[in-house]
Amino acid sequence: MDLGETAVKARAFSYFRAATIDHALDAHARAGDDARFIAGGQSLVPALSLRLQAPRLMIDITHIDELRGVRREGGHLRIGALTRHCEMLSEPLIAEFAPLLHAAAPFVAHPAIRNRGTFGGSVALADPASEFPAMTLALDAEIEIAGPSGRRRVRADDFFIDLFETALQPGELITAIYVPLFRADQRFAFDELARRRGDYALVGCGILATFAGERIHDIRISYLSVGNTPTRVRGAEATLVGSRLDAVRIAAAQAALEGDLAPPESDEVPPAMRLHLARVLLGRLLGRLGEAA
Amino acid sequence: MSGIDDSLLNEADETVRVRLIVNGRKVACEVAPRETLVDCLRDSLELTGTHAGCEMGACGACLVQLDGRAVHSCLIFAVQADGATVDTIEGLSERGAIADLQAEFHRRNALQCGFCTPGMLVNAHELLSQVTQPSREEIRDALSGNYCRCTGYEAIVDAIDAVAKARGTSGGVT
Repeated sequence: MDLGETAVKARAFSYFRAATIDHALDAHARAGDDARFIAGGQSLVPALSLRLQAPRLMIDITHIDELRGVRREGGHLRIGALTRHCEMLSEPLIAEFAPLLHAAAPFVAHPAIRNRGTFGGSVALADPASEFPAMTLALDAEIEIAGPSGRRRVRADDFFIDLFETALQPGELITAIYVPLFRADQRFAFDELARRRGDYALVGCGILATFAGERIHDIRISYLSVGNTPTRVRGAEATLVGSRLDAVRIAAAQAALEGDLAPPESDEVPPAMRLHLARVLLGRLLGRLGEAA
Repeated sequence: MSGIDDSLLNEADETVRVRLIVNGRKVACEVAPRETLVDCLRDSLELTGTHAGCEMGACGACLVQLDGRAVHSCLIFAVQADGATVDTIEGLSERGAIADLQAEFHRRNALQCGFCTPGMLVNAHELLSQVTQPSREEIRDALSGNYCRCTGYEAIVDAIDAVAKARGTSGGVT
């Protein structure tokens, strides 16, 4: 076909299908880091078509077996980076041991995107409006990274740095995400507010709480679409630890959000509106957690 | 398979051979790595039933089945699909897999210009293969990534709902 100047198409690149992680890392280095790893490509391909990115080498990692699969490893669920969004809905191990991801999955884009997009890719991109990056924070997940200098694991709390900026260095890729196994003394909740179903959320939130009887022993609350990164609200969390989930505590947690969140200026959703929606959502979710006893 | 050959880096836009099984037939195409699957299907294989709309995964007009699952053919490069099985609206149509959906779309005027229809049908086909009796809410949710600028969606939801009920009554799946 004619890829003329008028076409909105990716700039020319070479394509390499890697069979192993080492081959993928080596290819990246040989291209002088002017390369991109591609898996689901559901965000990368539009970025290439719009020429927001134009690498000389595309390294396809979708055929690397080591990046696949969901399995228990000690106290964690190891979720391979290539696990597709649709598998978050269909994989029994996810439903049992990482139910917050299972609950968030239906809100991720549309069915056809979920058939192709990958968990590792979503976390690597770190879109602040995406559900899964924010949920790795709520879950206290660890991100396993492979790169030229070897393997390392980074806590989600230390992974998201700024807008589309993460702890990933050039030439590194995510191999798996480790999620602590869901326990009987824990409860979870997820929801989001969007103008239309399937749209990007105006605000979204996921919660994982550990209870000691009726009192909250530990709670992690993470928001999407409230700033440059997925965002934990530590002030609100602190108001709830050691408490029962009654109306007074829920109101206190909602009030604490004003200190936790500083939504950006936006013509569509002014900061005050986003903060209001964050409060509404927190009230609903904590109410649900209280009823889930 | 081995590591990368350095000469590859100097061959951007040189075409590569891609082998696919499209609508049950083995085919091979020469494509540039940057060519998307939708362009390969339409331009190389002349399967123009798959429509290129937004080309960024928003409108759903380009949906095809890749190894049995609905995907946007504008969001995958043809080289990535090497070795895969692709079913387009032509294949689904010719083997009668969606004949009842097509008839119901026609009967209820669930299309006007028809640009979105192939994507709608591929999506509806996948939905009904996974959920035999979806609620109207579930149908709407499944269609949330398919734009129709003509019909207002109501007739499309009606058609899918009617087919789901008809298939349930007849006790079989087409």
